[in-house]
Formats: sequence, structure tokens, C-alpha cells
Amino acid sequence: MLKFLTDLLTLRWLTGRRFVIAVPFVWLVFAFLIPFLIVARISFSEVDAGNPFGTLLTYADGIVNIKVKIANYLFIWGDELYVLTYLSSLKYAAITTLCCLVIGYPFAYFMARARASLRPVLLMMVMMPFWTSFLLRIYAWKGILANHGIANHVLMALGVIQEPLHLMNTPFSLVIGMVYAYLPFMILPLYANLSKMDMRFLEAAADLGATPMQAFWRITVPLSKSGIIAGAMLVFIPAVGEYVIPELLGGPETLMIGRVLWDEFFTNNDWPMASSVTVVVILLILVPMAILNKYQAEQREGGHK
Amino acid sequence: MKGSWIQRWFGRGWLSLGYCFLYLPIVVLVVFSFNESRQDMVWSGFSLRWYSELVKDSEILSGFGLSLRIAVLTACSSVLLGTFVAFVLDRYRRFPGRTLFSGMASAPLVMPEVIIGLSLLLMLVSVQKVFGFPERGLTTIWIGHTLLGMAYAAVVVQSRLQEMSKSLEEAAMDLGCKPFQVFFLVTLPNIKQALASAWLLTFTLSLDDVVLSAFLSGPGSSTMPLVIFSRARLGLDPRVNAVATITILVVSIGVIVSSIYLARAERLRQKQIAAAFKGDAD
Repeated sequence: MLKFLTDLLTLRWLTGRRFVIAVPFVWLVFAFLIPFLIVARISFSEVDAGNPFGTLLTYADGIVNIKVKIANYLFIWGDELYVLTYLSSLKYAAITTLCCLVIGYPFAYFMARARASLRPVLLMMVMMPFWTSFLLRIYAWKGILANHGIANHVLMALGVIQEPLHLMNTPFSLVIGMVYAYLPFMILPLYANLSKMDMRFLEAAADLGATPMQAFWRITVPLSKSGIIAGAMLVFIPAVGEYVIPELLGGPETLMIGRVLWDEFFTNNDWPMASSVTVVVILLILVPMAILNKYQAEQREGGHK
Repeated sequence: MKGSWIQRWFGRGWLSLGYCFLYLPIVVLVVFSFNESRQDMVWSGFSLRWYSELVKDSEILSGFGLSLRIAVLTACSSVLLGTFVAFVLDRYRRFPGRTLFSGMASAPLVMPEVIIGLSLLLMLVSVQKVFGFPERGLTTIWIGHTLLGMAYAAVVVQSRLQEMSKSLEEAAMDLGCKPFQVFFLVTLPNIKQALASAWLLTFTLSLDDVVLSAFLSGPGSSTMPLVIFSRARLGLDPRVNAVATITILVVSIGVIVSSIYLARAERLRQKQIAAAFKGDAD
């Protein structure tokens, strides 16, 4: 530590390598780490009109007073609405992840098994929607699912239904939007994983008498475990805190924590409360985050085995 | 291994349905931007009236100007910082704090944007209280977008760095290049395409962002997505379809032109490398 400090002061640290590391490191600490610490700190303070940060440390008569207010957290814990909202965010994130997996796994599988010349095109076509505005693509679903929207027109023209279905602002429209937005995040890691798979394992299985179905369940799926988990986490974590999709496609009964946080901040102007809600969300996604890191590392190394 | 007939057709069907799902909203936006009717999703005839109304819409136009400026700034700073990050992650296997570094570099990719936006804003407000700047507006939005863009740029650049053969750099080093010369003469030309696509990606990312912009914008600094978002919340607005079609058009032209250009540059480079090796052999 002392050596570090003297090096720091004498500019001896400024080698090319250190410079390359230091520039993004310092930036990330200031733009990412410190903001979280500030949020954590504000979450323990009181609402104060003059000073939105409240006072945590006061110094009077030679005594340092630390005032930690955990009322916000107790309030979140005691309030049924907050607890329900957290649970419902987790529920919708889980449903989204599951739907993405069910649609995305076969998709990635068939992509990886397509002709080699076709694969770059198929991959490009999955990436293309990324280049078009996410906001506008979600907005388009409003037009598709509205009462007088395209889905209802088509279904009525086909004679499947007589009356327009109420699709918009329901859990259904929310899930459609979430699955739509996050599907590529499931497909891409799965594709990366499945296309790297050693096909000799399947040949060996076939030689040993496994049917294609058995080979799939007992070889392909277990081998792609790290891809499945990486994809699932890439969908689940951002889905928990999603704001735009629930706001545009969700209904009043679809509680999502991102919206509550937003309202707490922009409508109620309660910064300490918004900060506490944020801290709880971060705590909720820390475990999935750790899982993601583990399996992403595995996924990277898996390719060179 | 060839699958059976049924498997092949099942595969094709699944892929087609999947692509339909991914492209349906895009097609809908484009088709209905030419719709005559005010009532959105009923086709009543071809018309360009929403485009002409768009030109008169000063709110969207000024939002677009601001968005464009922020996007250019963001793309440049994100690619610069993202390249640093990618380089560090790919080349420097050991240094104190590497775990923290790689965690922080990739966390913005998955971290819900509401959280990033809120925490960044609270920090910027505290900085502003002490130093009197930055005022909420272009600068603060730029900072937020760069944080996000950098993470994406790093992924794109890093995957190219991983593929790149290190022997070229080693050869340059053996021939007496200084590290920064190696970087500018060997590494940079090799990752040029990745830098270009990272620039485009972060540019469109910034042009599209709602949540971070909402937290970090100040009075009078509404970016285009913020304007669109506030209208989309209220209901359907056919002018938004026109905006969508124009951005889709511009972006696809950009992507197609740049990918053709990049593919050509890549072929040329391969040819030069081949020629160089051939020259060696003679």
C-alpha cells in the first residue's frame, strides 16, 4: 500500500501498460462504482427539502454522530405493495426467461446446425433488429395488440374470433414484449455455445446406439449447460428491472419494480426511498450476477478445450 | 450428421417463425407509416401525409438534433474507452483489481438501466453541488450513454482482439517496434472493422436510449426518444411510424454500406497478407 502511494506520487506508475489500465479503471470507478455507493448512502438518509441527501455524519462538540436511518428498508419490508411488486417483477422475469429459452434453444440449435455458408446470414439476421430502435419496436407492439390492432383484425378476418380480444395492457402483452425484446440475448450465447460443440460426441452416441432424441437430451443439452445459464441470466437480470416495456405494454395489474422506482423518483420526488428500492433490487440480482459471471467465464474457456 | 427429413423441415419452420416474430414489428412500423388513416391500424390507402406532418413537428426535430449530437459524441468516447477496456481484458491477464475491473466493465450490459440512471444522476447531482457543474443536459446524458456504450464497444472489440493472431504483433516487436508503434501500425489496422462496427452500434444505442436520457436530461434537453416515449405512453401517434421508417431506412443503409465496405477492406487485407507471404517465399 505504501509503495503504491509513493509510486503514485512520483508518477513512476505511468508506464504505457498502467496508463491503458488506469484510464478505463478510473472512469469506471467514478461513473459506476461511486454512484452505487452514493445510492447506498442516500438510502439511509431522510427526506429533507433543503438537502436531498440528508445528513449522515454530523460533527458537534467534538463528537461525530452517525445517523443511520433504516426506516426506508423497514417500510419496504412492511409494505405489502412493495413486497408484491418485487415478487411480481421476479415472476415476470422468470416467465420471460422461460419463454425465451423454449423459443430460443431450438432456434439457436437449428442455426448452429444449418449449412456453414448460411450461418453468418442467419446470425446477421438475429443481430439486425438491434440496429433498429428498441423503443420503436416495442411501440409497434402497441399497434399490433391494440383492440383495433392488427392481431385482432387478422384473427377476426380468419373467423377465429367474433369480438376483438383485449390483449393490450395485460400480463400477456407485457410478456410478449419482454420475450420479443430479450430473445436475441438468449439466442446469441446459445448459438455461440452450440456451434462450438464437438460433433464427435454425437457420432459416438449414435455408434453406441442412442436415438437422436436420447443423444440430444443426454449429450447436447448437458454440454450446452453453460450457454443455457449464461443466456438465462442475460435475460433474467435486466428483465427484473425493466421499465420501458411495462410502461408501454403492461397494464395496471402488472406490477414491476422498475416502474415503482421511477415513480418514487420522478413523481414522489422521494430520493431516499427510491435509493432504498434500488439497493434492494441490486441485492436481488447480485446472486444471478455472480452465476452469470461464473458461466460466462466457463463459456469463454469452453471453446478452447 | 444429416437429420431426417422431418427434423430438417421442423428446423426450417422454427427458424422462419422465429424470424417472423423478430421482424413483425419492424414491418408493421414501415407499412403503417404510409397509411392514410388517422386511426392507426386500419389500412385506408397509401399516403405520405405523416412524413409531411413530421417535417412540421418542431419538438421531434429539435429532439433529433440533440440526439444526433449526443450520439456522435457517445460513439467516439465509447469506442475509445471500450478499446482500452477490451485491450486490458484481452492482454493484461494479471493486475491488481482485475476481477473488479472486468466486473465493472461488463455489469452495465445487464444492470437494469433504471438503476444505472438513478445512481449516476445522484452522483452527478452531488458533483454539481460541490463544483457547480455539470448542468443536467447534453453533458450528463453523454456521460451516461458512454458508460453503457463503452461496455458494448468493449465486447465487440474484445471478440476481434481474441481472434487476431498475436504473431503479427510479436513479429513487429522483434523487428524493433516500440509498444505504441506496434499498436498503431499492427493492432489498430487489424481491429479497424471492429472499431467501425462498435462505433455504429454505440451510435444507434445512444440514439435510441430512453431510460438513461430521462434520468440525466434537464429542462429543455429532451432527446428524440424521450419525445417519442412520452407520446407513445399516451397512445398511438402515426408520426412516430414515420420517424421509425426513416430511422430504419437510414440505419439499414448505413449497416449495409458499411458491411460491404468492411467486407471489401477485409478481402483486400487478406490479399495483401497473402501477397506478402508469397513475396517472402520468392
